[in-house]
Order: sequence, then structure tokens, then C-alpha cells
Amino acid sequence: MGRTLAEKVWDNHVVASPPGEPDLLYIDLHLVHEVTSPQAFDGLRLSGRTVRRPDLTLATEDHNVPTSDVDLPIADPVSRTQVETLRRNCAEFGVPLYSMGDPRQGVVHIIGPELGVTQPGMTIVCGDSHTSTHGAFGALAFGIGTSEVEHVLATQTLPQKRPDTMAVTIEGELAPGVTPKDVILAVIGRIGTGGGIGSIIEYRGPVIEAMSMEGRMTVCNMSIEAGARAGLVAPDRTTFDYLAGRPGAPPGPDWDRAVEDWSALATDPDARFDREVVINGSEISPHVTWGTNPSQVTPIAGNVPDPDSMDDPVAAESARRALEYMGLEAGTPITEVAVDTVFIGSCTNGRIEDLRQVAAVAQGRKVAPGVRTLVVPGSAQVKAQAEAEGLDSILRTAGFDWREPGCSMCLAMNPDKLQPGERCASTSNRNFEGRQGRGGRTHLVSPAVAAASAIAGHFAAPADL
Amino acid sequence: MLAVRIVSGTAVPLDRSDVDTDQIIPSDWLKKVERTGFEKGLFSEWRDDRDFVLNDERYTGANILVAGPNFGTGSSREHAVWAIQQYGFEAVISPRFADIFANNCTKNGLVPVVVDPEFGRALLDAVIADPGLVITIDVERGTVEVPALGMETTFPMEESTRTRFLEGLDDIALTLRHDEAIAGYEARRPSWLPETSRI
Repeated sequence: MGRTLAEKVWDNHVVASPPGEPDLLYIDLHLVHEVTSPQAFDGLRLSGRTVRRPDLTLATEDHNVPTSDVDLPIADPVSRTQVETLRRNCAEFGVPLYSMGDPRQGVVHIIGPELGVTQPGMTIVCGDSHTSTHGAFGALAFGIGTSEVEHVLATQTLPQKRPDTMAVTIEGELAPGVTPKDVILAVIGRIGTGGGIGSIIEYRGPVIEAMSMEGRMTVCNMSIEAGARAGLVAPDRTTFDYLAGRPGAPPGPDWDRAVEDWSALATDPDARFDREVVINGSEISPHVTWGTNPSQVTPIAGNVPDPDSMDDPVAAESARRALEYMGLEAGTPITEVAVDTVFIGSCTNGRIEDLRQVAAVAQGRKVAPGVRTLVVPGSAQVKAQAEAEGLDSILRTAGFDWREPGCSMCLAMNPDKLQPGERCASTSNRNFEGRQGRGGRTHLVSPAVAAASAIAGHFAAPADL
Repeated sequence: MLAVRIVSGTAVPLDRSDVDTDQIIPSDWLKKVERTGFEKGLFSEWRDDRDFVLNDERYTGANILVAGPNFGTGSSREHAVWAIQQYGFEAVISPRFADIFANNCTKNGLVPVVVDPEFGRALLDAVIADPGLVITIDVERGTVEVPALGMETTFPMEESTRTRFLEGLDDIALTLRHDEAIAGYEARRPSWLPETSRI
């Protein structure tokens, strides 16, 4: 029987299969950031170990960094200590680091692909659950905890239990105005936050094949929000064209051999998945979350649901609690819900294509009075490119606040936070309680809906403006 | 990590589903560079509510956390496990755990106990009704027992994980037994694979 893409990548990386133990996998790329690494480096020091392959390790500063006044020292002393600790650790262990101000710095899951070090068929890990982003290239990429970060630093391997495989096929064609973010929100709405637990999802079908790399990254990024270990897409011409010429891409004579190898990774026609889900892409419309987990989501034309009408008592109780936290009444049309803040950025939607979509909506329009907007490019390169294309001036003219790169208000570890009770249309990935600041209310949306909502002052699709 | 064979004691009922790691330990706490001192951050936003179950004195001293399904979703932060452990819990019981959270538990000696949803519901109700109820988790046998109520069930655990719990083994030392195989694999990797020192 044939093998799936995930199984092929897995098999190619098995270093050892000790009896009764999980497979020991080789890790091709280990991405590191300031939040989940300090205790791992400490562990190495305590046990007298070194970093086995600093040349397969790459660090950046993203979670804590401010998005304004970046030429000054970080004002929050605790954040500053954490960033300085990363700098000391990287210097001591010889790990390449892109610090604030470096033209290659940015959100860890944005810079891997743009530098071309994320490639098909690789194994990639990072102490960050959104490592699934890199799966868009047909890499097996997953988030790990700090103990595992230490393990990879010391051994460049990871013992892993082989996950199940799951196919999510998006048939048909997306309607105009429907984006990859709406696709993944619809998938999570269908399979739930636990739907992918124990599995690697492969996204397939004509809608995925027609997507850009940026779009595929958005989809794979939120695999973890469906509980999946990883999410991936078969590499194809779109993948190769994206990679060609990037700094980490295989040099001249190796390129053709690499492409040949990558082309053989696609799931065999006779391979079987443990589970399959099929969604009609033509029926997906722009989505907005209404609750406090990403499966609590509805089309923008819908209403806030009524927990009393839900069959599952666990879901109903969770919805009741969510509506109370979110300050929403059942039955309210989503487009009548006003927003205070709009956040555009993150590893989900902080890439150049996202900013182009926002600028296209903002062009010639104005942000509604009283709405705070933050546009945070995912990396220094994204920022530079957007500025070269004039997107920043379109956005500034429309009243958007143009910031420096970082994770920013996706998780509010830097000064960009919601105040209690503030309501935010956010292009990020998690609408958990307090995620964007204590008491803040987060609604996940696409960049296009975020931009339209900023202009309307309430949830809106660009077509509604 | 320390070896764990039996966890026995009273429990705190956390009657909620989809408890994500942002709730377990809010992101402000992730700025610490140490591995200790996270107990105050455990559920810190919910603890401001006087009615939150951790503030209920009847549950003081409990060493088992019983929660609804989908526990530990979201962020990979191992700080969530450290916070639960440092607060005093030695095991968490839920019908379903997020993968990364469960993995992080096993690296630190916090026992993730998966029970079927009916047993989980009954256990929550029992602990809500009687805060003094004693629960015993036997890692070696893979069982959860409530002797006072005659409740008993088994829970799944990979044999290799069980061995690590019972013997308190260090994963890195175990992996380094395969040092030769790792070096052999490295020698076979395609030459075009990216090196971060070259970009």
C-alpha cells in the first residue's frame, strides 16, 4: 500500500526504532525564541551538554518585542531580561540569532519560510505550537515543550510516537472575498478544537492547490487550533516557485535534484488516511468567531448562537460561559457587533499577501472614529516589502497605525494589549479568554474582514462597505 | 525527573471543558527565565474570582486535578505543567488532553490520566459532592480508583512512557545511547539541506 506525505517524511527521518519505544526522529531545523528556551539552555548548562547542531538551529526575538520605539531598550524589565537571556545563550552556544533591528528578524514562523530554510520534506520543530505553519511546504513541523527544546538542542533528535493521518479535502472553488483564514476557521468549526488530536492533517483538494504559499501557511498555522499535531500540504510548483532564489534554497546544481526529491513526497494514490473530512469550499463564506475557542465560529452573515438550542450539554455550557465573557446576547447579528480595536498581524496573517489585502480594502477609505488599529508586519522583510510597495502609506492615510514586526497583540506579551471589556477584530489565531489582554474580547477574522471592520466600526466584509 | 508510581489524595473539580494553556498560565508569566515560581500564576485570572474552585478552602491540600474534556489546548508552553505541579498537583484527570500538553506532562512527572467521558463526569460530580473523597492513581497498573464509592477504571499510557514515570528516567540520556545512529544518519543527509549558519 502507498504512503501519505506525512508518512514519507516521517520514514525519511527515523534514526532508530528501539523495540517498545517511540521512533527517534532526526530534526532538520530547530527554531528558537526567547520565551520557551531559557530553561532549556539552563538544563544544558546544568548537565554539561552543548548544542549538537547550532548550524541547524535558528533563533529570533519575537514574542516580547515592542512594536514601537524599537531603537530604545525594552521598557519592561522582565521582557528585557528574557530577550537579553536569549542573546547570552545564543552567544554562548553558537546559535545564529536575528535580534530586533536585524533585517532578517521577525516572527519565527514568518522568517523560516521567507529565508528559504523551511523546505519540503524537512522535519522542523520549535517551542511554539504554531510551528505547524511550516507544514505548508510539505515539511513535518510541530510545536514542542521546553523539555523537548532541550532534548533537540542536545541531540538534534526527538522521540515521537507516530501520529494518525487525517485528510481534510476542500473541494470546489472559493467565492470572491473568501480567504484561507475563512477556510481554516470553517474547518475548525466543523471538526472542533479536539478534532485533530493525535493526528497529522493533510490539506488537499482544488481549493488548497489553488492557494498561494501565504494562504497555505495560514491554513496550516491553525491546525493546532483543531488539536492536530501538525498540518501539511503536498509540495508543488507553487512551493518550488516560492522557494527558488531564497537564501536557504538549494544552490544551483542541487536545485534540480532537490525538486525531484520534493516532487516524490506527495501522497501516493493508493495511500489510506485514518480519517477523512471533505468540505465544499464553494459554501464557505467569511467567518467570525463569537466565543472563547476557535471552534465557536459562524459565517459573518450569521447571528450569535443560542446555547439553549445546542444539543450537546458540554458545548452548550461552554457557549453560555463564552457569551458571558464576550458580553454578547444570543441572536444578535454579527454585523451589528461594534469593535474597539483591530489587530492585523501574527504568524497566521502577518505576511505580505495579508497586508496587500488590508491595503486594498483601506485604499481611499478611513478608519471609523474611535477604533484603534494596529498593523504589525510579521517580519522586518515583510515590513520593508510593504513599504517598497507603498502599502504603509495607504494604511497610514486611512488611519491605521503602522508598527514594527513582532508577535504583538496576538498574545500580548509586549505593551500591545486590550483593556478589560475591549472588543477586537483580530487576524491572529486564538480567541481564548484574556489572550490579548486581561478581560479583552477577541474575535478571529481574516485580514480582509479585519480591515473592513476597522472602517465600518463593526464586523463587516469588504463587500458590505 | 522524579519517579512516580502511586498518586493518592483528594482532588479539585475543575468543571470546565476546553481549558487552554493561556488560562492555566497567562502569558505575563512566560517572561520568567527560571523554571520555578509558577504556582502563583496557576489559573491566576480565574483565581481573582472568590468563587473559583481553587479558592474553596474545602479543597486545600488536594494533589489531583479533575477537569472536563480538551484540557491543555493551545500554546505549547511547558510553564502550564510547571504551574500545575508547583501548585501541588501530581496528576490531572480529563477525558481528553491536547497532545503537546500531555507530552509536556510526561517530561515532568505530572501524570495525565485519560478517562472515558462518563467516568470523568461521574468523578467530577463525586468530588463536587465530597471534597474529602480520596482518589488513587496507580501508574504501574494504569488504574484510577475511588475506594469509598467503588469506582474504578483503567487509563491508557504508552509502555515507554510508563517506564519513564516508574523509573524517573532522563530522556536525553536515553537518546544519547543512540549517538552512533544519530551520527550515521547525519552522514547520510542530502548535502543541499539548509544550514542556518550559511544564510
